[in-house]
Amino acid sequence: MAVIPLVRPTLTLLERTYLPQIASGLKTTLKHIFSPNVTLEYPEQRPAIPPGYRGVPTLVMDPNGREKCVSCQLCEFVCPPKAIRITPGEIPADAPTGHVEKAPQAFDIDMLRCIYCGLCQEVCPEEAIFLQNQYSMSGYTRAEMVNHKDRLYELGGTLPDSHHKWDKKLAAEKSGPAH
Amino acid sequence: MATEIAFSDSAAKSARVRPAPGAGQEFETEKMSLSMGPSHPSTHGVLRLQMELDGEILTKCDPVIGYLHRGDEKIAENMTYNQFVPYTDRLDYIAPLANNMAYAIAVEKLAKLEVPARCQAIRVLTAELARVSSHLLGLGAFGIDVGAWTVFMYAFEEREKLYKLFEELTGARFTTSYSRIGGLQRDVPEGWTGRVGAFCDQFLPILEETLALLTRNKIFMDRTVGVGVISPADAIAYGLTGPNLRGSGVGLDLRKDKPYSGYEQYRFDVPVGTKGDCYDRYLVRGEEMRQSIRIIRQVLANFPGGDWYAKDARKIFAPPKDKILTSMEELIQNFMIVTEGPQLPAGEVYFEAENPKGALGFYIVSKGGGVPWRLKIRAPSFANLSILPKVCVGCLVSDVVAILGSFDFVMGECDR
Ligand code: SF4
Ligand code: SF4
Repeated sequence: MAVIPLVRPTLTLLERTYLPQIASGLKTTLKHIFSPNVTLEYPEQRPAIPPGYRGVPTLVMDPNGREKCVSCQLCEFVCPPKAIRITPGEIPADAPTGHVEKAPQAFDIDMLRCIYCGLCQEVCPEEAIFLQNQYSMSGYTRAEMVNHKDRLYELGGTLPDSHHKWDKKLAAEKSGPAH
Repeated sequence: MATEIAFSDSAAKSARVRPAPGAGQEFETEKMSLSMGPSHPSTHGVLRLQMELDGEILTKCDPVIGYLHRGDEKIAENMTYNQFVPYTDRLDYIAPLANNMAYAIAVEKLAKLEVPARCQAIRVLTAELARVSSHLLGLGAFGIDVGAWTVFMYAFEEREKLYKLFEELTGARFTTSYSRIGGLQRDVPEGWTGRVGAFCDQFLPILEETLALLTRNKIFMDRTVGVGVISPADAIAYGLTGPNLRGSGVGLDLRKDKPYSGYEQYRFDVPVGTKGDCYDRYLVRGEEMRQSIRIIRQVLANFPGGDWYAKDARKIFAPPKDKILTSMEELIQNFMIVTEGPQLPAGEVYFEAENPKGALGFYIVSKGGGVPWRLKIRAPSFANLSILPKVCVGCLVSDVVAILGSFDFVMGECDR
């Protein structure tokens, strides 16, 4: 329960000949030869990815096929290596999701800059950007390594939504004066 | 402490150094200069040693550092406190969880913020797991340096299991970015603590098996015993910390001497060496892993419930996601914390934590608001390497390899 000086071993005469260590070392090795493999035959075998893994950042749609991002640019602001570039755009008022008002016109994530920190997902107020399971990205050119909006939605797919924030807003607007 | 032991092997060293060429000698001899690194397998990263050799004996050794300099301290001045967390991963990248914790505690000390017991316990747990992971790598790499490959393989098998645990906890194997100012990235997943316990149970026998490959190994002892001796006085004078300081017989451990994050509740021993050579530094790391497992088991046995972040720090820790999605007030609060940063008072603070490599310190000067005005990092590897010019002189080149291995430094932290 305090500071303990470590005991240094003194080798016996036999140990100093190095012979017992050879025997015991071989014993350890033999034991390990017959124990199960610990390596994977990547890429045929893939490691299991736990939930909450921070892979390649992607954009997701809600179950109605609406893009969730409202281009608030908070993720662009927080991204420590400045990997995200967003050009905000308007949603026409007569579109079915016109009440959302904004969506990104362009949304680029430079995967040569991204450090997979997950801060974008953490700060997003719309649950629109997620780091999902894909962990390896490759390309022949620098331009290929920039994920544009279409690619981001393709990677992201649709995730369930438990809040339906904008559907509620639309319903509220229809039923009476909003805000 | 162990002052009665003779720490000097200078007699042995001077016997090795050849006499200067004099009148009676046939050949003119010349010193040779040799660069080891920055890309040499035994310099563990990008350290370069500018050596001057007399035959195979070093007469001078100048470490050249800075190959991995990224300007982390300056980067910190240009972003909010939370945005800097991923950069702390990249200091001692062998134990990112411990860095995350040290940084978060330093900023919380500035904010005079207390985090809940559960948060503290999780941080202690992760820091000790990081210590085991770091020492395993230190041991494995040391083994390779002196010719014991198997140790490295066994150590890496265990590190892989730790990485699986880190991955599940934080979402990343390597760059964890787990701490936040006032809390954590997220709570521990369901059943995770049980898996940590299971890891500890299976780890101890394997640790003993791995250490048994080295502790009484004649070749390993020949390479390390009496090599790179550092006296306690020198160790203190050069600002050594961590296992390198304790290997020299100085029982300083910040977890005991200046407890933080609830370390005072746990019972553990501080192992110290008696001779201060490479072998002692190896022994200290081996024993520290056993002590870490002891701490982890105590944390698990008494794992606190409750909040895992400081709930009342509404200007520091972002509100929960479902609130942000449903309530205007929390939405604005989230925007404020992200864009302005956690709101901290003006002032100065220094905090250092006992990291696997030694005392990692953060000195923060704040003029108020969410961005540090100055952030200085005291990197243990930097201070530990400063003794190389002294300890390497009179050694053989092959001893330098053993000394570097026993120091277990990381250049990401040294160069920052
Ligand atoms: S992804 Fe989220 S944080 Fe980023 S712009 Fe879209 S809504 Fe805002
Ligand atoms: S994961 Fe981090 S680095 Fe990558 S885009 Fe998101 S915030 Fe930027």
